[in-house]
This record gives sequence, structure tokens and C-alpha cells, in this order.
Amino acid sequence: MDTAFFFLFNGIVYGLLLFMLSSGLTLIFSMMGVLNFAHASFYMLGAYFAYQISTHIGFWPALIFAPLIVGCLGAVIERYGLRTVHRHGHVAELLFTFGLALLIEEIVILIWGRNPMPYSVPSELDFALFEIAGNSYSAYKIFMMLVSISMLLFLYGIIARTRIGMIIQAALTHPETVDTLGHNVSRVFMLVFGVGTGLAGLAGVIGGNAFVTEPGMARALGTIVFVVIIVGGLGSLTGAFVASLLLGVIQTTAVAVDVSLADLVATVGITTSAADANDLMHKTLSQVAPILPYLFMVLMLISRPRGLFGTRDA
Amino acid sequence: MNHGLRLLSVIAVLTLVAVLAAVPHVVSSGFTLSLLNQIGIGVVFALSYNMLLGQSGLLSFGHAVYFGLGGFTALHVLHTITGGDLPLPVPLLPLVGGVMGLVCALALGWVSTRRAGTIFAMITLGVAELVAASSNIIQGYFGGEEGISGDRMSGPVLFGLTMGPQQDVYYVIVVWMLLSAGLMYLITETPLGRMANAVRDNPERAAFVGYNPRTIRFMMFALSGFFAGIAGGLFAINYEIITAEAVGINVSASVLMMAYIGGIGYFFGPVIGAVIYTLLSTVLSAYTEAWMFYFGVFFLIVVLYAPNGISGVLAAHTPVLRAHLMHRLMPAYATALLPTLVLLLGAILLVEINYHLSISGNYDSEMSILGVGFDAASWWPTLAGLAALVVGGALLWRTLPYVGLAWSEVRAELAGEAAP
Amino acid sequence: MTWAPAIELDDVHKSFGTTSIIQGVSLAVGTGERHAIIGPNGAGKSTLFNLVSGRLTPTAGRIRLKQRDITGLPPYRINRLGLSRSFQITNMFHRMSVVENVRCALYFAMGYGYAFWRLCPRLRDVHDAADALLERLQLSARRDVPAGLLSYAEQRALEIGMTVAGGADVLLMDEPTAGMSRSETERAVALIHELSENKTLVMVEHDMQVVFDLATQISVLCYGRLIATGTPAQIKADPEVKAAYLGVEAD
Repeated sequence: MDTAFFFLFNGIVYGLLLFMLSSGLTLIFSMMGVLNFAHASFYMLGAYFAYQISTHIGFWPALIFAPLIVGCLGAVIERYGLRTVHRHGHVAELLFTFGLALLIEEIVILIWGRNPMPYSVPSELDFALFEIAGNSYSAYKIFMMLVSISMLLFLYGIIARTRIGMIIQAALTHPETVDTLGHNVSRVFMLVFGVGTGLAGLAGVIGGNAFVTEPGMARALGTIVFVVIIVGGLGSLTGAFVASLLLGVIQTTAVAVDVSLADLVATVGITTSAADANDLMHKTLSQVAPILPYLFMVLMLISRPRGLFGTRDA
Repeated sequence: MNHGLRLLSVIAVLTLVAVLAAVPHVVSSGFTLSLLNQIGIGVVFALSYNMLLGQSGLLSFGHAVYFGLGGFTALHVLHTITGGDLPLPVPLLPLVGGVMGLVCALALGWVSTRRAGTIFAMITLGVAELVAASSNIIQGYFGGEEGISGDRMSGPVLFGLTMGPQQDVYYVIVVWMLLSAGLMYLITETPLGRMANAVRDNPERAAFVGYNPRTIRFMMFALSGFFAGIAGGLFAINYEIITAEAVGINVSASVLMMAYIGGIGYFFGPVIGAVIYTLLSTVLSAYTEAWMFYFGVFFLIVVLYAPNGISGVLAAHTPVLRAHLMHRLMPAYATALLPTLVLLLGAILLVEINYHLSISGNYDSEMSILGVGFDAASWWPTLAGLAALVVGGALLWRTLPYVGLAWSEVRAELAGEAAP
Repeated sequence: MTWAPAIELDDVHKSFGTTSIIQGVSLAVGTGERHAIIGPNGAGKSTLFNLVSGRLTPTAGRIRLKQRDITGLPPYRINRLGLSRSFQITNMFHRMSVVENVRCALYFAMGYGYAFWRLCPRLRDVHDAADALLERLQLSARRDVPAGLLSYAEQRALEIGMTVAGGADVLLMDEPTAGMSRSETERAVALIHELSENKTLVMVEHDMQVVFDLATQISVLCYGRLIATGTPAQIKADPEVKAAYLGVEAD
């Protein structure tokens, strides 16, 4: 039971990180109709920038500056890239962000090489805060949790209380009204894109050292974030939140469960031949863990194409 | 008017067939022949992709699934042939790949084509990841790290093709390429092909003339899966080995970029893309590690400034050529050429220096570009690169308006000619 | 010919969220009628069309086409049952040529469906039918022009042509003359008159001249309810209609 709690804890930490990405992605998608294929690439840039800054002036300044730099970069890319292709339609926009993702990965390799970076957890937080039933809970994981929660509360505050927040809310519930907002709509787009990518950058700062900082990190996370927003329901922040936590917990828990389909069947009294260890029946849950999110997504699409909380027919 | 045109295209096709048939007698280099084989496979694959993106408006990030699964199945069947259990001539193997591609596209397409647009793109990505991740788990089929290999010199011999020499493979690929391209072209001329265009442009109207847009998308998806599977089967014969990478995102991304760079608005656009991609990925990759970077930049430039791809740029010039006005554009192009070259040189220099330093580290900072050797870690090459970049960029910025001006003059002249 | 209903609406409601747009409309359009639906802006005329053509599903009530329940059927199924519609905003295949647009409106109706084994250039019957229709639309000279490059009036003519092309016997036309000049309108009215011969026509129209020229029956829709149905003469005389609608127009 205590071990289950441990996995749940890790799953929530990971899920909150996913939500920092999927919330930005959802906002950008709802406002601009653009699926930012390169969203996880900004997560990666956040991690690399933070690593670079922390080698010079330490982790804490990096926590502030890296997301800001990433956000500004995002805003510039929106202004000079995305806006240019906007007139060619959504497919062109998607292709642009797709090319961007590819390019950012190549640029990262160009500057930092193919090997993982020694970007590590700051020593102030590198200790076990407490221990429950033999599982130690690292202070950094708790810190990650605090950062994501406070950042999300801050975001919630902006959306709930400010004028721009009102516009964003209107766009979430009635996407067709965005066009009627008037001349400052492109400024709002730039801002939303900047904030969304900055949020992804912040996730990179706190996730890059907890997990790994290498050129493949964007791809690995990027598709999971897409799964999150499909499962949660496109355009729904609540959906993105629930799906992030759900997938976070599923992914972290599944890798630790050594139960196979054959074992499950055996509990009801049917034994299968153990001759072929390669067949699907004898794969443990931990072995099939990588496909679970995608399987989940396909099943969701078949049974409930709108996702958990989606209201929109795309 | 149609008879002259038809005669012309028959002559063009016959010439193409004759040239393609003569190639192995003229070209002796194994490298060239293997390059041509790769191009042939790429052409079939890219054309099949364009049935989705260009003709049906469906942006797929998972087309490699049908290519790869077709290839795997072809190699599994090849094993059966080698074992003597199936008297199927190897040159017919691509058909097996095609059938597998079709079956998979029918099954997975049923999920994918429920939606169009961005959602469709995301679903194809998810399905592709599902298949790619499964390849690590279902090792019996995907062969794990080593993949699946086979021996194409087995089974009954067809038309004297033992499949030993590379030119036998070349002929098989050429025949399948011509056959597939021909069939795919004919599909654009059928009611389904026309309605695919219609659904792409206006799904709602298509519904109000009696068609279910989803059925159209589903059928186009299935057919494109069939041809992707044929390309996969050709791949299996050509390399005699296939690994899980073949169903991966990288291959899906490549075919997308091939088709888009070539131009998705024209049936033969993706052919240009397949040729360019294959040349770059084999020739350029021999010179530089950064070829993917250059290709990515090129792709983004096309997306931003030439959304109809290379064939679109060419097509824009045909009326100019026909009106004998090319000489009006040439001076402007020539003026822009020099700054472009300087800009390119600077960019390449900087990229190569960085790649050299980040990948081989500081152990070996000696490198050379265009025969000029230098120390990548010293300051002057970087400075030279930056200078070329800035000067070239600034000059290009100044000269581009001339190109625009020349074009608007030519356009005005073309319009003037058309009017009376 | 005995009177038979082509379209019947039975207490149809439609609401978006809490906003009720159609509030219990019941209407029967007889076969062969030319029925105009008029009403002030925001009365729900376009919504009513979208409900009948399957673009929207009613919140409550039933809709029948030629005495067959079509409530909730997708547009392509309703179209196959013999109902065709035009759009207020011109809605064609912009990148295709004019003639190809007309042919696309014919393939299904002429039985070619989803065929990928028949070549369009060989389908003589489709070609002949398309050419004949273009002749009637007076668009023969523009046949190879991309539809998106036609003039506004030409696009409207093509829109009407595509609506009737498939041979549907019930036609819905959403403001077919909107935005046209007087002379263009007159030509469009003549065209609609000619092409809707022996068919049931339901149209939404703002232009009263067009309504009185074309319609044999008129219904007045006001704030989601039908306030009157009758012949043009009856409608002109109806005091409630005058108050709610015509009176305002006259000012």
C-alpha cells in the first residue's frame, strides 16, 4: 500500500509536469487553432538553457531566466514564422511547427552534441526529505510539485482575473468569437504563444535535471503530450489536467508492475504454455508500458472521440 | 485538341520507359544504380503519401507504418519462399507488401479517418507511435534490434531475373514504380479521386452532393496504404533487411518532407521531392553530419515562402517561358545569386564549425571545407563565417526587391498579353 | 395531382446551450410548391434550413422528407433521398474548374458513387449532362475557369446549378439572390423558375420582389416561431405579418 502511494506520488509529479506542457498547448490550440508540434522542443530548450545558465551562475537564476528566454523566443517565432504561414491555413501552420521541432532538435545537437548533459539537481535539494516504508521522497520532487502547482495557480489567476484572461476564456468556450476581438488579436496571439512556450520552458528547467537532458527528450515527451490533450478532450483545460495526471500515474506505475497477461489468466485457472517467452501473453506490464499511452488514446478515440472533457466536435 | 496532347504524353511515357530500360546498359557504377533504386522506392512512397496530403488534404505523420509493415511482411514471405514452402517469384513480392499495407490501412484507417485536419494529424502520430513502440515488444514479427533479413535469390525465376545482380533489382523496381505511378495517376481521374479533391476543398459541399466525406477519406487512406506497402516491399527486395526504424517517425517525417518539398499541388511534384531527398540523404550525408539540419532549414523555407513546393515554383515559370520573357527575370535572379551564395557560405561555415566542435569535441579541431583546411577552434573561421552571413544577408535584403519588381513587370506583361 | 407533403416539420425545436433559436415550428410544404420563408434578421431561417438539410440535428421534434423520417440523418443520406440545398455564402470547390464542379455534383446522382475503377474522362453521360447544365446556366464559356475566380453573379449561378444538378426533387435555396444587382436578380429569378420546374422549392429570401415573383406559398418566421403561412395575397393581407415584419420593411 505504501509502495502504491510512492508510485502515485511519482506519477503526480510527472503528471503535473505534463500539465505544464499540455496546458500551454491547449491554450495555444484554443486561441489560434494551431497545434504546436514543437511544444516539447521548447521544453527541451528550457532544459538546455537552464543547464547552460546553471554552469555559470547557478540553478536559481536559471529557474527565472531560462523560461523567460524560451518564452521570448516563442513570441519571436510566432511573430516572424507562424504569422507568415497563417494565411496558408492550419495544415501549413502544423507543418511549420513540425519543421521547427525538427530544426530545434538539430540545433541542439549542433550546439551541445548528441550526448546527455550533466544537468543535475541542485545540491541544496538533493536529499531525501522523508521516508515512508522504505521509500524515500526526494526534496527535489517535492520542489517540482510546488513549482508546478504555484505556476498553475498563477496562470489560473491570470485567466480568471485579468482582461486578457477574459479574452482567453471567451476563446476557450467560443473559439469562433476570437476573430471578433478586434485589432489587438495578433498581440494576444503572440502573448499566448510566448506564455505557453515559456511554461514549457519552465517545465524543462525543473524536468531536465530530474529526468534527462538530451536531444531526444523533446520527441519522447512531445507525443505523450499530444496523447494527453486528445484523451483529455481538445480545448479543455480540465481535461488536460485530468489526463495529465492519469497518464503520469499510468506511465510511472506500469513500469514497476511485473504482471503479464498470462499471469492474469492464470489467476482464473487457465495456464498457458511458457514455451514462447516472446509472445504477447507473457509480456509483463512493465514491458508493454511504453505503448500504454498510445493504446489508451486509440481506445479513447474509438469509444469516445471527444475525449474525457471535450465538448467540441473538431 | 485532346488528341495531340494524348499523343504527346504517350511519346513522353515511351521515351521515359526506353531511357529507364537503357540505364543499366549505360551506367556501370554500382553506386549510381543503387541510388536509382532508392529513388524509385522513394517515388512510389512519396506519391502514395500525396494521395493523402495533396489529393485528400490529410496530413499524416504515420505513413511509414504501412511502408514498414509492408516491408516486414514481404521479408517474412521471402523466408517462406527461401524455405521452399511457397513458389512465389520474388519480383512479385511487392504485391504482398501492398496487400499488407492495404489491410493495415483498412484497420488503422478506420480509427484515423474519423476526423480530418489537425485531429487526423494527431491521430496518425499516435497510431504511428503505437506501432513503433510495439515493435520493441512484438519481437517475433519485428526481429528486435537486428530486424528481419532475407535472401532475394530464391524461389522460382521470372523473366530470367535471378535477382542476384543489382540491375535485376533495378528492373523490378522500375516496373513496379511505373505501374504504381500509373495506377495512382489514374486514380486521380476516377470519381473517387475527384471527390477526394472535393472533400479536401469543401467537405460540407461534398456531403450535399451525396458523398460521405469520411468514406472518401477512408478509401483514399486505404489505397495510399496499399501503394506505401508496395514501396515497402520494394525496400525489402532492395536491401534484403528491414529494422523497426522503417515504421518509425523519422521515415514518416521523411516522406512528408519529400512530398511537400516536391510540391503537393501537382501529381508529379513528389517525384521531384523523392529525387532531391534521396540525393541529399545519400550524397550530402557523405560530406556532412549536418545534412538533416540543412534539410530542415530548406523544408522550413519551402513552408514559409514556397508553399507549392519546387514544382509550384517551376509551374510559376512556365507561362513566363512560354511568353519568352525569361530574359526579363534573369538579371534580377543573377543579382540575387551572389548575395545568396555568400549567405549560404557563411551559414555553412558556421554550422560546420559548430558541428565539428560539438560532435568530435576538442580532440581534433582540424577540419576542412571546400578543400580549405583550418583549425575549427581558432577565432578567424567563425568570424569569417559571421561576416559572410551578415554581408550576404544584408545584400540579399537589398536585392530581393529587384526580383519582386521584375516579377511584377513580367506579370503585368503576361496579363496584358492575355487580355486582347 | 393530389396534394402530398414534400417536407413536414413536426414541432421542431433547436437550441444552442440556453439560447432557443427555433421554438416549435410545424410546417408542411406540398410537392411542387415554391415556398418562401421570410422573416426579420435573426428569426432562425438559416437554422431552419440547416435542420432540414441535416447540417444540424433538432433538439426536439421530427422532420420528414417525402413522408420519410429524416430526423438526425447526416447530410449525405438526406441528399441521397432527394433533397439538395444551396448556401447563403457561396460554397463550391474553389480550386476546381467550373465544369468539374458541376460534374462533382453529378457523379453520385448518376450512379458512379465511390468508384475508383472508372475513369472520369470516359463518363460520357456525366460530361453531356454537365455540358447541358452549363449551357442552361450560361456558363459554357467559363467552363475551364477555376470556380474561385468567377464573378459573384457567376458563382451564384454555379451554386444554383450545383444544387439542381443531381436531380433532387426537393430544393432548398438560402438567399439565392443575396448581394446581386437588380438585373442580375432578375436573371437569377428566371433561372430558378426554369430549373425548379416540377420540383419542390423552399427558399429563404429577403428580397420581397423575388419572393412575390417566385413563391406560391409564403411562411413568416419570427423569433423562432411561424406566425403565418399562406398564399402571397393572404400574407400581404395578414395584419400580424404587417405588424411584425412587412410594416417595418415599408418604413
